[in-house]
Amino acid sequence: MLEFKNVSFKYDEDDYKMLENLSFTVDEGDFISIIGKSGCGKSTVFRLINGLEKAEKGEILVNGISIEKQKNYSAYMPQKDLLFPWRTIEQNICLSMEIQKKSRSQMHEKAEEMLKEVGLWDYRNKYPKDLSGGMRQRASFARTILSGCNLMLLDEPFSALDSLTKISLQEWLLEECKKHNKTVLFVTHDVEEAIFLSKKIFVITDRPVTHFEEVVVPLSDERKREDMKRGDIVELKESLIKKLRQEGEA
Amino acid sequence: MRKNIPALILAICLLALWQGIAMIINAPYILPTPVQIIIRLWELRETLFLVQLPATMSVTALGLVISIVLGIFLAVIMDMNKMIENALYPVIVASQTIPTTAIAPLFVLWFGYSIWSKVLVTILITFFPIAITVYDGFKGTSREMEELLITYGATKKDIFLKLKMPQALPNFFSAIKMAVPLSIIGAAIAEWLGAQSGLGYFSKRMMTQLDGAGVFAPVVLLSVVAMIIVGIINILENKIIKWRKEL
Repeated sequence: MLEFKNVSFKYDEDDYKMLENLSFTVDEGDFISIIGKSGCGKSTVFRLINGLEKAEKGEILVNGISIEKQKNYSAYMPQKDLLFPWRTIEQNICLSMEIQKKSRSQMHEKAEEMLKEVGLWDYRNKYPKDLSGGMRQRASFARTILSGCNLMLLDEPFSALDSLTKISLQEWLLEECKKHNKTVLFVTHDVEEAIFLSKKIFVITDRPVTHFEEVVVPLSDERKREDMKRGDIVELKESLIKKLRQEGEA
Repeated sequence: MRKNIPALILAICLLALWQGIAMIINAPYILPTPVQIIIRLWELRETLFLVQLPATMSVTALGLVISIVLGIFLAVIMDMNKMIENALYPVIVASQTIPTTAIAPLFVLWFGYSIWSKVLVTILITFFPIAITVYDGFKGTSREMEELLITYGATKKDIFLKLKMPQALPNFFSAIKMAVPLSIIGAAIAEWLGAQSGLGYFSKRMMTQLDGAGVFAPVVLLSVVAMIIVGIINILENKIIKWRKEL
């Protein structure tokens, strides 16, 4: 689905590299979280996949084709919901389809289905200012899904939410991703969130990033919140926190 | 309505003070009382409302429309291209250092007493706040939102139409609210400096006749008209920008 081949990258204003010869693969249907301390390059990986930054060296492939040769291959959901305040919720979630020049009836049909699914049908004519933080994130997620791309890049989408909303949205996200059979790359600071959501976790421990340390999460697809209390999961959580701390101190 | 009460009280107090001082001075050719101005406004209603006001309003309207088109055009091309921005911005700012009252008679020499000499003065005063305010609106576009659109495969045109234009809409309304009084002032100045009709011209004529109330009457009329137009724009703005609370 997604492949990084020896990718190196440096921001123009920096005198150090963010990524050096980084290679990794994400398979179709995977839910992978990337964790690491602030500024370690998590979001840079997303910017490279999105085409917002260009790799100095190496190649990024989606479905075996270089990203430079294609458009609309990934759907990005940023940390802030970035709903356009002048658009109603329905108009907001149609944004990516509008850019893809879909017909009005097609957009309306898909928007109706999605708004009902995310529980925002009654709010379709409201403006973002009228919605709570959780509802706005659901609208933002709906917009991301409606872009029609199978590869979803979610950049700390729940970091600004209160803990209860966050928990319910995490459970909701798992259901939605399963239902739509999406491949998800999820950036987070929250180790527990990474374990609960992912099949695999990529841990960034070095700088410049030369590799991801891959951790497989021993939870089934039918995971429950209570699973987080299991001994092996608590142990995994502790070991990941330790790893990140060590890296922070290094 | 309630929030306007302090302004109303202050206005009444100032008018009362003016009335008192003018009555004490008792020289209506220099300082007429507000009551004398209103009486004169009524006496001159026919020429003021049917002849002079339409003349000034046609200069104002023409100048304002051209200024809006020119201002938005300049804002768009400056936003589109950095080189054009670097070339144009200082020239636009420099245009505002031209003393309008000094250059307006030149326009009369160029265009005679036609409407265009007055329209040109109006444009010179009005296009600047429109160009700069709208341009600032474009520049204030959220980088993150722009990047989000790019990830959807948006073209420059998409970004302009779906992001920059709606985001700059509040700036556009602010610009228009600034531009309306300025265009009226511009038209009045131009008429003072060389015209055969209009409220500015009429005010000047009353001055030569030492008719203080007659000088003030067109000025009061101009202020009222400007306030009404700005009020209408406010209503339109609130209807169009329903999402404003978020900004």
